[in-house]
Amino acid sequence: MVTHYPSAGPVWFPAPASGKLRVPGRYTFCAILKGFPQPTTMATIQPIAENEQHPDVALVERARAGDVAAYDTLVRKYDRQIFRIAQHITQNREDAEDVMQDAFLKAYEKLDQFQGNSKFYTWLVRIAVNESLMRLRRRRTGKMVSIDEDVETDEGSVPRDLADWAPNPEQNYTQSELNEILRKTIQGLPQGFRVVFVLRDVEGLSTEETAETLGLSIPAVKSRLLRARLQLRERLSRYFKRKKATASPAEKGV
Amino acid sequence: MLDDMFDEKVAAETRTEIEEHLRDCDHCVVTLNTTRKTIEIYRSHEIYDLPTGLRERLHKAIMAKCKKGC
Repeated sequence: MVTHYPSAGPVWFPAPASGKLRVPGRYTFCAILKGFPQPTTMATIQPIAENEQHPDVALVERARAGDVAAYDTLVRKYDRQIFRIAQHITQNREDAEDVMQDAFLKAYEKLDQFQGNSKFYTWLVRIAVNESLMRLRRRRTGKMVSIDEDVETDEGSVPRDLADWAPNPEQNYTQSELNEILRKTIQGLPQGFRVVFVLRDVEGLSTEETAETLGLSIPAVKSRLLRARLQLRERLSRYFKRKKATASPAEKGV
Repeated sequence: MLDDMFDEKVAAETRTEIEEHLRDCDHCVVTLNTTRKTIEIYRSHEIYDLPTGLRERLHKAIMAKCKKGC
């Protein structure tokens, strides 16, 4: 299981005691919700001090010098993430397998071109994203596919379903039911939002790394991330919202 | 704004103002908490797992080609 949050966990705000939804005054949630706390530790990307060399650098140098075992270590370190990213973009298992193989082979061929001014992982992700988009293009018989696809939508800019969720709502479903819900929900996002959400929130790239990887500006990444999060939240509400029968007395206005 | 606030980058005055607003606005609180939960759920559930058998097969294929110089 991947654990990204610090042990203390995020700070959750208690619901106001009034129990009634109030129309926001001069503040709006859009003004408030400019972003969310970011994880302090990631599963595979450990924070490195500025003067400390990332452990991947030594492995890349050894691989460049012909040490296949060093490259083997890098493949094992990142194969799951690359597979997930490819699956999120292509939404096809066979394509994701092909992308994973091709991305690692292409990275190996191009190791000499790796500058070392970005992390090996983000460089690898960029290759995998490009391979995934190429694969989609082939599937669509040459039609251009880009990460700008379908991003012109107003959905997600305004949360409409304000129903609160049950506590730990995911526990109301079996693991396979939950996976199906999460898969179906994220697959419904426009490609341009989904890729940003996956890289930023699921795989833990920074805003800057996500922008660099996708060739987007930082404001574009932030805007797409916010809209992706809000869309996902709204779509998940239909499964996770608190059932009326279990509402607390305060919520019933008692 | 909120991520800045939690990263301790926001001015104390702004933080107080936001917290004050959140105390009195169900709309923002519900949106904030459920959106955070959305992120947390997607982070903690690997919906596209790579099964061990498939992983080993792909791994062998990659390394075999690398040894041949791709």
